[in-house]
Amino acid sequence: MNAISAPSFIASKKLTLSDPDWVRYALIGLTLSIIGLFLVLPLLTVLVEAFAKGWTTYSSSLTHPDALASMRLTLLIALITVPLTTVFGVSAAWAIARFDFRGKSLLTTLIDLPFSVSPVIAGLIYVLIFGAQGWLGPWFSEHDIKIIFAVPGIILATLFVTFPFVARELIPLMQEIGHEEEEAALSLGASGWQTFFKVTIPNVKWGLLNGVLLCNARAMGEFGAVSVVSGHIRGLTNTLPLHVEVSYNEYDFVGSFAGASLLAALAVVTLVFKTVLEWKQNQDKKLKAKG
Amino acid sequence: MSISVNHLSKHFGAFTALDNINLDIPEGELVALLGPSGCGKTTLLRIIAGLEQADQGDVFLKGDKVTDKPVKNRQIGFVFQHYALFRHMSVFENVAFGLRVKPRRERLSEADITKKVHTLLELVQLDWLHDRYPDQLSGGQRQRIALARALAVEPSVLLLDEPFGALDASVRKDLRQWLRNLHHDLNVTSIFVTHDQEEAMEVASQVVVLNHGRIEQQGSPSDIYDHPANAFVSRFIGQTNIFDLDQQDNDWLQTAGLLTPQQGKIAHVRPHDIVIEKPTADSDAFVTLKDWQHLGSLIRIELVNSASNPAVSVYAEMPNDQFKRLHLNRGDKVDLRIRHAHWFH
Repeated sequence: MNAISAPSFIASKKLTLSDPDWVRYALIGLTLSIIGLFLVLPLLTVLVEAFAKGWTTYSSSLTHPDALASMRLTLLIALITVPLTTVFGVSAAWAIARFDFRGKSLLTTLIDLPFSVSPVIAGLIYVLIFGAQGWLGPWFSEHDIKIIFAVPGIILATLFVTFPFVARELIPLMQEIGHEEEEAALSLGASGWQTFFKVTIPNVKWGLLNGVLLCNARAMGEFGAVSVVSGHIRGLTNTLPLHVEVSYNEYDFVGSFAGASLLAALAVVTLVFKTVLEWKQNQDKKLKAKG
Repeated sequence: MSISVNHLSKHFGAFTALDNINLDIPEGELVALLGPSGCGKTTLLRIIAGLEQADQGDVFLKGDKVTDKPVKNRQIGFVFQHYALFRHMSVFENVAFGLRVKPRRERLSEADITKKVHTLLELVQLDWLHDRYPDQLSGGQRQRIALARALAVEPSVLLLDEPFGALDASVRKDLRQWLRNLHHDLNVTSIFVTHDQEEAMEVASQVVVLNHGRIEQQGSPSDIYDHPANAFVSRFIGQTNIFDLDQQDNDWLQTAGLLTPQQGKIAHVRPHDIVIEKPTADSDAFVTLKDWQHLGSLIRIELVNSASNPAVSVYAEMPNDQFKRLHLNRGDKVDLRIRHAHWFH
């Protein structure tokens, strides 16, 4: 065995680890062209179409009352669902990471359900429950409460699809960190809330922010589930994604793509924030590990 | 009594962690809860702290019944095996935590907090690390910071869970000595959990030996070593040779001076209670010197009696120089004398 000298061993290892040049260039080229074709090109098309008739048409279609109403509704939905999902996510993660109880693994699986169910089905479920012919529909209409084809239905559908985002980020994180620091805080005289805000939350803050960010992107961008329950009432129950579709169906291409450009901008902003978060998190780690 | 525990029991499903524990710890003691893993020692410590609830029984701290009090109202200092320092806070903020979470009217001013934290950091000799984060410290430093953090709230009792368990042997030795001195200076009633009998004997003023959720014996280290209450304690504390007179061919043991007394059939003999000598001309030496190891000032000698059936190994210990004077080699026959034995059933 000693016959193999060290340098030749290293050289052979290097050879097996690096593929021939043509393979590398082919793979990089393939990846770039797929990204260009399926991601960048459509994004550019959105912008080109949005500005096809010039800046004034673009801005006037965005300031059209229906467009403004859809933006307001989208913001309202995000403003309501994101905090609720965050509270739910933190409590679910707390329960799963901290307590042992019967049915825990079932609960963990159920949290993922919205990811595996088609959003259309999610919308349909609420129509079946709260709709005019649904289980609870008659009771609500007797009391003059509108859920389906109204804002509450949109909120419910959005909640359904955004449920897992925060919880899924936090559960593995909190399981990894464990319970000891919280016990230490309690033994030092901290109350439950002090422990939560001074120890638990700071330890999971990057994961939490990441979850909130993704949740927000989904809440603003959700189409399927919302489409089923909204009823497409112009100026009332059209969110921004629905407004894009409605405009397109009516051959108002500038209006449609102008709305789409806003959603695309939201996606870009989300990505930038996510990158900044990851960068900050790494900085944090480096700072603390510096000797 | 500074810490009292009455009829305490705790079960985890079918497993009995603690079985009717009664324990009294006087003010100012440094007590070791000693036992093999799974004996319930950590559970007992956590119940005293309030981190765990007992199924039955009560806990008293300074005469107050605290069984139903939450941790934060018990005025205890708890040091965790893995330190549990707040990873997102600097060393200074870690130690200041207990002072900052106090209700506003009890809270010290910022200047007083700063002063107190630096005093505590000087006490554990780590003030120079005050702006570091836990990730940047060694295990021994983290443990001392954890101790300073626990002391910041001026606890009436200090509870330490395997405080040296995760440290290197050399750091552990230093820290033991240091903890003893610190306890001597502060004189706060302390309990620490350990599975290392040497550590318990070296550091503690009182040792409580636990096994299977029961207290086997409580006493000073010398009490427990010299007068073990039962076979478990005798085996667990220090080295011991065990001779079961019912199982063994025991004539040679009687020749060696082990006479059967009334109170038991199993003899536990400490290695230093076995004396070996060069055989005299008329003695009938039957024990062979097999090997020896240096343990610093002592020599540990392995002897074999190959005449008995089955062959029995016996361990003896004697000072280095005494052994040298005997001029013995491996394979020599020696005379063996047993000075003292503890008898158990």
